[in-house]
Amino acid sequence: MQIVSQLLFFAALAAAVYFFSRRAAGIRRNILLGRDTDLSDQPARRLNNLLLLAFGQKKMFRNPLVAVLHFFVYAGFVIINLEILEIIIDGLAGTHRIFAPYLGPVYNVLIGCFEILAVLVAVSCAIFLVRRNVLKIKRFLSRDLDGWPRSDANYILITEIVLMLLFLTMNTADGVLQTRHAPHYPDTGSFWVTGMFQPLFEGFSTPTLVGIERAAWWLHILGILAFLNYLPWSKHLHIILAFPNAYFARLEPKGKMENLPAIQQEVLYAMQPELAPTDAAAEVPKFGAKDVHDLTWKNLLDAFACTECGRCSAACPATQTGKALSPRLIMMKTRDRAEAAGRGETDKTLLHDYITVEELRACTSCGACVEECPVSIHPLDIIYQMRRQLVMEESNAPQEWTLMFSNIENNMAPWKSSPDERDAWIHA
Amino acid sequence: MQIKTMAEYFAEGETPEVLFWVGCAGSIDQRSQKITRAFAEILTRTGTRFAVLGKEEACTGDPARRAGNEFLFQMMAYNNIQVLNGYGVKKIVTACPHCFNTLKNEYPELGGHYEVMHHTTFLQGLINEGRIKMKEGGSFKGKKITYHDSCYIGRANGIYEAPRAVLEALDAELVEMKRCGSRGLCCGAGGAQMFKEEEKGTTRVNFERGREAVETGAEIIASNCPFCMTMLTDGVKETGKEDSVKVLDLAELIARDMQE
Repeated sequence: MQIVSQLLFFAALAAAVYFFSRRAAGIRRNILLGRDTDLSDQPARRLNNLLLLAFGQKKMFRNPLVAVLHFFVYAGFVIINLEILEIIIDGLAGTHRIFAPYLGPVYNVLIGCFEILAVLVAVSCAIFLVRRNVLKIKRFLSRDLDGWPRSDANYILITEIVLMLLFLTMNTADGVLQTRHAPHYPDTGSFWVTGMFQPLFEGFSTPTLVGIERAAWWLHILGILAFLNYLPWSKHLHIILAFPNAYFARLEPKGKMENLPAIQQEVLYAMQPELAPTDAAAEVPKFGAKDVHDLTWKNLLDAFACTECGRCSAACPATQTGKALSPRLIMMKTRDRAEAAGRGETDKTLLHDYITVEELRACTSCGACVEECPVSIHPLDIIYQMRRQLVMEESNAPQEWTLMFSNIENNMAPWKSSPDERDAWIHA
Repeated sequence: MQIKTMAEYFAEGETPEVLFWVGCAGSIDQRSQKITRAFAEILTRTGTRFAVLGKEEACTGDPARRAGNEFLFQMMAYNNIQVLNGYGVKKIVTACPHCFNTLKNEYPELGGHYEVMHHTTFLQGLINEGRIKMKEGGSFKGKKITYHDSCYIGRANGIYEAPRAVLEALDAELVEMKRCGSRGLCCGAGGAQMFKEEEKGTTRVNFERGREAVETGAEIIASNCPFCMTMLTDGVKETGKEDSVKVLDLAELIARDMQE
């Protein structure tokens, strides 16, 4: 009987790991659809960003209350993995609480901490559910999230609460079984949180309690394995990708736009023809981004790391004044398009089919979206690249901008005025 | 006003302490010209040896670049860098955050390396050095002033303290808007929006910001950018408070109450 359980466990674990790795490889492929960019410089500064932004969640603390709740869920997630390690070893080896004899009294303290965290996670998730569904918080009510994204967030929160409750149920039953010295239930001492709930279970017979404990144990671990496979299809992926994304975060001054050396070179040759190479057969480069292939892999990593929290859009002047632009939606659409392109869909492009000209035109380049993002996403970079595509490849600019361009070119200023009048203010 | 150009300094075989990069708005736009004159007056009165490029100055290319026209930007940058390097310019001060950002962050990669300051930081320096002294009981004493963080000085370059330190010298009461500092709301003009009609929405960005500034109850909205100036002035007009609420640049505020 025991061996059957071990085999079933192995099968479940193997299937979970297999499907997860397949999906992970798919996401990696989709991110690498982007063009190459070298982000291997300044490892010390990058490590610092990783520690501060991802591990330390520095940006989250712009909103302290939410940050504390989020921190519970985050810490719970990271630390409870230790507990899952024990469950996996137990499941494969057919043991129960294999770490207990080795850790002695420390084991009880450890489980006690896990239990406290489990409660904090469940409570925080419950508060998050209320924030999302009951309190009228604009960034959660936004039409950006209509359909799947809104349900996705709720599924995640509900699952986390259920998983934590299963963990606590399991420990409560286990605790009672320990007091009865049931076989296979080593005495680890009363658990901190579930110890208080033991009286609820004391009326049950020992076989019933074993049944409850086993059922909770199986549902807990199967739930975790299922959740593991749900994660890479959902916004919950940020718990993994936030880390590389913080490491590869842009290190340049916020106001600096990426340079295009190809154009710089052409302008140089136009101004100083003597420098131009004589073999004029050089390939004409593409300017700006029309599709995900033209964006960098970091832009696409951004899209997959996006948590859809909407802090960017809540701060965006265009979104706040009812324009079509929402930086969160720019990221969500980029991810959707990367997914589609990864599946081999070639009949659509990110620009026009997913992101409209109207959205791109509404950006004031103020950088609020970049400032707010807790996981170092840079929606502005994508917007800039697509604007270049519009203006330089498609000659698609509003008339006023065309006029501004010609003013700059002819009058050295964006307004219609003679360069000779530029110093008129001195004599006025 | 007697202001020397870089060419004049050059002809005399001298170099000024700093180049005042005026920018297109500061040169051409009538309202912004007043900011330019105020700042030039401060420089003159503090005995700062400065020059302007005059007719030799051209648009940095910022609006072209942000609209997506990289060609035009590179052309402007090439020419400006030729002029600046030709005069051996080392230090630049400008009253325009967009010029500041481009000269400071984007020209180095193209061969233009200068120490670039925005006039907020420059003014703070002059105050700290005691080169600017304010009149006792000046015209802003005890008055409520609110400060609008421009995106290109604030978020883009992380300068939040200097302009507030300058305002402190006025002995006024600084009241912050709900959205300020790194959370500040854009005036709506950046990213080349200044030069076209806004996209359709429920309101205009500058109306939203103007309303927020007026709601602080401040009599003066201090700005540090010619674009913000235009947008905020318009925003205040929309609230109907243009008679009681004035939008003034930091340089204008200082110039008004400086000791002789």
